Amino acid sequence: MIAESGHFALILALLVALVQGTLPLIGAWRGYDMWVALARPAATAQFLLIAFAFASLTYAFVASDFSVANVFANSHSAKPMLYKVTGVWGNHEGSLLLWILILAAFGFMVSAFGGNLPARLRARVLSVQGLIGVGFLLFILFTSNPFERLDPAPLDGRGLNPLLQDPGLAFHPPFLYLGYVGLSIAFSFAVAALIEGRVDPAWARWVRPWTLLAWCFLTVGIAIGSWWAYYELGWGGWWFWDPVENASFMPWLAATALLHSAVVVEKRDALKSWTILLAILAFSLSLLGTFLVRSGVLNSVHAFATDPTRGVFILAFLVLVVGGSLTLFAVRAPALAPGGFFRPISREGSLVLNNALLVVITGAVLLGTLYPLFADALLNRKLTVGAPFFNLIFTLLMTPLLIAMAAGPLMAWKRGDLTGVLNRLKIALVAALVLGALTWMWLADGPMLAVLGMVLGGWLLVGTLQEWAGRVKLFRAPIGETLRRAGNLPRAAYGMTIAHIGVALVIFGITASETWTEERLMVMKPGQVVTVGGYDMEFLGAEPIQGPNYSSLQGRFRVTVAGEHITTMFPESRVYQNPPMETTEAAIRPTAASDLYAVVGESDGEGGYGVRLYHKPLISWIWIGSLVMVLGGFVSLSDRRLRVGIPSRSKAAASGAAAQA
Amino acid sequence: MRPKRQRLIMVIAMMAALGAAVAFMLVAFEENLVFFHSPSDVVEKGIEKGKRFRLGGMVEEDTVEKNGIVVTFKVTDFNQSVPVRYEGLLPDLFREGQGVVAEGRIGDGGIFVADTVLAKHDENYMAPEVAEALAKQGIDPAHGQKTLKQ
Repeated sequence: MIAESGHFALILALLVALVQGTLPLIGAWRGYDMWVALARPAATAQFLLIAFAFASLTYAFVASDFSVANVFANSHSAKPMLYKVTGVWGNHEGSLLLWILILAAFGFMVSAFGGNLPARLRARVLSVQGLIGVGFLLFILFTSNPFERLDPAPLDGRGLNPLLQDPGLAFHPPFLYLGYVGLSIAFSFAVAALIEGRVDPAWARWVRPWTLLAWCFLTVGIAIGSWWAYYELGWGGWWFWDPVENASFMPWLAATALLHSAVVVEKRDALKSWTILLAILAFSLSLLGTFLVRSGVLNSVHAFATDPTRGVFILAFLVLVVGGSLTLFAVRAPALAPGGFFRPISREGSLVLNNALLVVITGAVLLGTLYPLFADALLNRKLTVGAPFFNLIFTLLMTPLLIAMAAGPLMAWKRGDLTGVLNRLKIALVAALVLGALTWMWLADGPMLAVLGMVLGGWLLVGTLQEWAGRVKLFRAPIGETLRRAGNLPRAAYGMTIAHIGVALVIFGITASETWTEERLMVMKPGQVVTVGGYDMEFLGAEPIQGPNYSSLQGRFRVTVAGEHITTMFPESRVYQNPPMETTEAAIRPTAASDLYAVVGESDGEGGYGVRLYHKPLISWIWIGSLVMVLGGFVSLSDRRLRVGIPSRSKAAASGAAAQA
Repeated sequence: MRPKRQRLIMVIAMMAALGAAVAFMLVAFEENLVFFHSPSDVVEKGIEKGKRFRLGGMVEEDTVEKNGIVVTFKVTDFNQSVPVRYEGLLPDLFREGQGVVAEGRIGDGGIFVADTVLAKHDENYMAPEVAEALAKQGIDPAHGQKTLKQ
């Protein structure tokens, strides 16, 4: 019964979404206040219905109800409880249900916290959200129903792909989806603004917190995904420019650009149509990512769907959303009043540079991701685009971006003084060059890219700190004055400083781990010792052990430095029973300075085992830096002026559209 | 210079920079395309030595030999087969009689020296390139392979 009521709730949600997607939109256009007022209760009802459907499916998974086809195909009674729950979204149908749950939750939040949005803008935003909901609900109900029954019910399920039975991957999709779907709010605001024909600083203040929130989640989601790849795949790599990784990285790049251009709209009332375009682009790339990953055109651990009608449906929906919004943009954007002018050398100018570079990087990633699909479909050539292409483009374009990143925040709005800024950044320049020189001396014959990376990281880190120091007059004013200024700086300013420091940490992590990784690949016999990165690793042997739903070969390494015991590491090579599959569980000893990484492979039949050992300096900084970036995002979100629901349009009261809180 | 002329030169410079960037990008792109070839392609058409590509097919039965961490095996599409040499730990799902994709270059003696070996993500999955390469030789991709029941 639970499954049927879940299914029924989804059908009701579709009907509500149809109402939400049409009447308020028409009401706002024709001036029917009653229809406008429908938007909020509809958003609430839609959220409650979908939440009920999601809860029903979760119940079926937890109770191992194998009469539900989806539970049978993706769960097993012997699976640990955590993975029974996360198995809900560890499959195509369930993950789409999660997608739409988050979509409805965001719509509900706009409705709940948007009390001081002008009523018509709010109605339009919620209507656009409703229309996106209609598309996805139709998709779920007609091609991917998670509540389909099996008769007779099988005795036990087929189990979840063991690669997905991992805490990192269990929470990777929800975060990624919060990011993807969060961008739908920016999209809905952009479309609503196009319909209204009005974009002003207040609009940017409403859009920015939502974008920031989505960006934070997206960053966490991507970081978790790459961390998972690092410890689970056993290759020591953390980013492969795999199409599914690119699918999540493109919306991130676009969202990053959007965050920065929205600042210009908010502060200077400029770059309006560009910002609208970015909002459309960011969400379109989210949809494209969903399409690429879920349609089965890419084969990977993510591709659950193999039914071609699903791919066709998502593609049609994608074309409709992207085509429709871009057409609307083409018709309406010229009507948007152009905003303030500025010189190329100015804060705005540096943010435009940021945007241009980020968009070009996005374009290059898009080219590299889609070209193999086109080549296959149109030219019948099977090929892939090698990682060197992405690395080259990324390095080349990130360099000017990082240089501008330290200088931009020091520029004045409208008209900057480049000489003055560079003068202020002397310390950063000296620090960066010293760091580069040290790296160069330390490198025996390593890649010169390492020097570049260290110079850029040092420049950005010190430059960012200098900007903060300048604002609080560190060492230039009495300490009391500095403290007072530090206390008065807006949270948004701290957010920027923290996030940029996070980027610098990521740069250091990438550069150091790529340059100074030490690798040992060999067959080791018990008792044998090998030195990696200054650590003596003694192989103690390997023996079979038994887990709850797998059996495993567990290797043991005793790690010592100069005879002093540091730790013991236990890498595993597992064989799961349901479904039958092998996975590698690397043993990692992370410290702030470096990671030790051990993988055990097959026996050579003579008492030895194939092993792979790595020493990777600073690699954890990649994820620490990502979290620092997210921290910056949340600090900025806590800024009073940006808090969701706080900003209001000053003229809104005059037009009597909204109740001013 | 008059502002109009200034602006014109600025726009021309920007277009030139953009054009150069795009041209550069496309060259880098072209150089980094990694094509997929089946063993029949390699043996019958021949692949330039030193050119990076992906080789896909089945791991031929009874050809896997391990010597320390060096592994040699043959990749076949049941028409032709190509010897492969790989130094490293094989992926979890690497098996004789199963699909495999290896990335690398043709080295001395016509041996394909792989630096990456990809097997499947799970029991049910076979790389579509491999399935297609086998189908060309009239082999049912399901052969020696569990098919995905959907």
